[in-house]
Amino acid sequence: MDKDTTRAPMEAPADDDAALARRGLDRRTLLKLSAAGAALATGATAVVPSARAQNAVRTKARIVIAGAGAAGLSMASRLARRLEGATITLIDARRRHLYQPGFTLVAAGLKSQDYPISRTADYIASGVEWIEEGVAEFDPDANQVVTESGRAVPYDYLVVAAGIDLDYDSLDGMEVSRVGRDGLGSHYGGPEAAHATWESLSHFLATGGTGLFMRPATEMKCAGAPLKYTFLADDRLRDRGRREDSQIIYAAHSKSLFSVPIVAEKVRMLFEDRGFDTRYEHVMTGIDLGRKEATFATPDGPKQISYDFINVIPPMRAAAAVRDSALPWQEGPFAADGWVEADKHTLRHPRFPNVFAVGDVAGVPKGKTAASVKWQVPVAADHLVAQLDGKDSDAVYDGYTSCPLITQMGRAMLVEFDYRNNLTPSFPGVVAPLEELWISWVMKTIALKPTYIAMLRGEA
Amino acid sequence: MQGFDIAVFVSVFLEMMGGILWVLLALAVMGIAGFVMVLLRERTLVSRRLLRCQAMGLLGGVGALVLMAWVTMSGFTDAGGPVDWLLIGIIFGTGLMGTTILTYAAWGLIDVMTGRSPASARAPHVA
Repeated sequence: MDKDTTRAPMEAPADDDAALARRGLDRRTLLKLSAAGAALATGATAVVPSARAQNAVRTKARIVIAGAGAAGLSMASRLARRLEGATITLIDARRRHLYQPGFTLVAAGLKSQDYPISRTADYIASGVEWIEEGVAEFDPDANQVVTESGRAVPYDYLVVAAGIDLDYDSLDGMEVSRVGRDGLGSHYGGPEAAHATWESLSHFLATGGTGLFMRPATEMKCAGAPLKYTFLADDRLRDRGRREDSQIIYAAHSKSLFSVPIVAEKVRMLFEDRGFDTRYEHVMTGIDLGRKEATFATPDGPKQISYDFINVIPPMRAAAAVRDSALPWQEGPFAADGWVEADKHTLRHPRFPNVFAVGDVAGVPKGKTAASVKWQVPVAADHLVAQLDGKDSDAVYDGYTSCPLITQMGRAMLVEFDYRNNLTPSFPGVVAPLEELWISWVMKTIALKPTYIAMLRGEA
Repeated sequence: MQGFDIAVFVSVFLEMMGGILWVLLALAVMGIAGFVMVLLRERTLVSRRLLRCQAMGLLGGVGALVLMAWVTMSGFTDAGGPVDWLLIGIIFGTGLMGTTILTYAAWGLIDVMTGRSPASARAPHVA
């Protein structure tokens, strides 16, 4: 939880947080009754229960929330509305809040570098204490966390919202400081890196050549963003009349382009339509910035691919303090990178029942997006509040997440799905999930950030 | 299934538009109130005025589309399916209706105040 810009702790998810939309008859009614796209976009939020309407539960509980990104702030806001007398403490060193879904737009030259940046303090609910330090140690056996200055903060309940680490160090030869030069881009690295990526892409658009795009083999936030950026770069090249002089290579980490089979197949068709050269089972391991050559691990051994522009997306892991604690999964697919063990439907830790994990750090299938946060936080909050009230909660998180998958300037596919890889469209019969539509682009560009901000304040 | 919450709707629109939301709402309320007031005062729709206001409404519809294109960094040429054309129609229609009502109300109020409205012509002269 430091201030290193290569980290994107606690802030949930890049780009696809997106369609913070949801499904339901009420929204369809809203759709019919309300004006234009704005109504459509906010219809997404229409199913969130009003916290204001709920009676506050009296308690003296000490609740610590580790991480003040999207998940931590949303949780603090919701708990502050639903509890009376509780001590709610947010711990995070970062004074800047980053709207990570905006990084792709910045890196495509559509938004300024300042677009994703705001102040953490603006979203901290009244009555919530904020300790401006990172968490250095989690000690769930002693029910306390220790901050970077050595301050022990005891708790009755802990919400881990400690975000994600971008592990650039695991890529041989990678130097984050060189993003923006020599064709190097990395739009996940923060607003500055996203803007520098746009500078590199701008140069590439003028010269043409080989554009190399990829994603890591680890769990990652917003798995749609690497695809979106590839589509946007392609569109920009066409716009500049450079597409025929250029080659676009996409290095997929597995045999698929997306974890949801029906979406993967659609993306495969679009890649084919756009003339992308897809290389499957290519996992980036290193880069030679001087020679402009990236190295990939493949089933046939290491392979090098030369580039004129590359968008490096590094492996991602849980924050170091989390990885070094007793909180992560001890076995299974989420153990190696330290994701916090959690019941995928309640977000409660099975070994430490007074601990919940929300947002990117949660070791659950899918869903490292702001849309996931929007649907995880109310469920975890409901279980926590119910317990304080001596009741049981039947709230369930079904893995819902969404991704307004931009496929060109002005069009996107509003892809929504759950744990079971089912498509869960918010506007069935109206906004087709696998169709490239302007309305989905409109939602992405004007409605999602306001919805996200309202979510931080516990209002959506 | 959870229900629609007007507070959420307002919160998101406030984040989206800030104080402009209240200005627009005030404009809408004033426009409708003015329209109703003129209608009650004149007890008729003045067809010539309405036609001219509808012509201005066409400009308002186009203006709404241009504004939307500017805000979203895109345009109606990006329409990719039926719902996009529906959205374009809704945006155009909202601009058209809003402009028509507002201009009719403003024009009518001016006519009423300057004694040029049909209501003024019907009003008995006071000796």
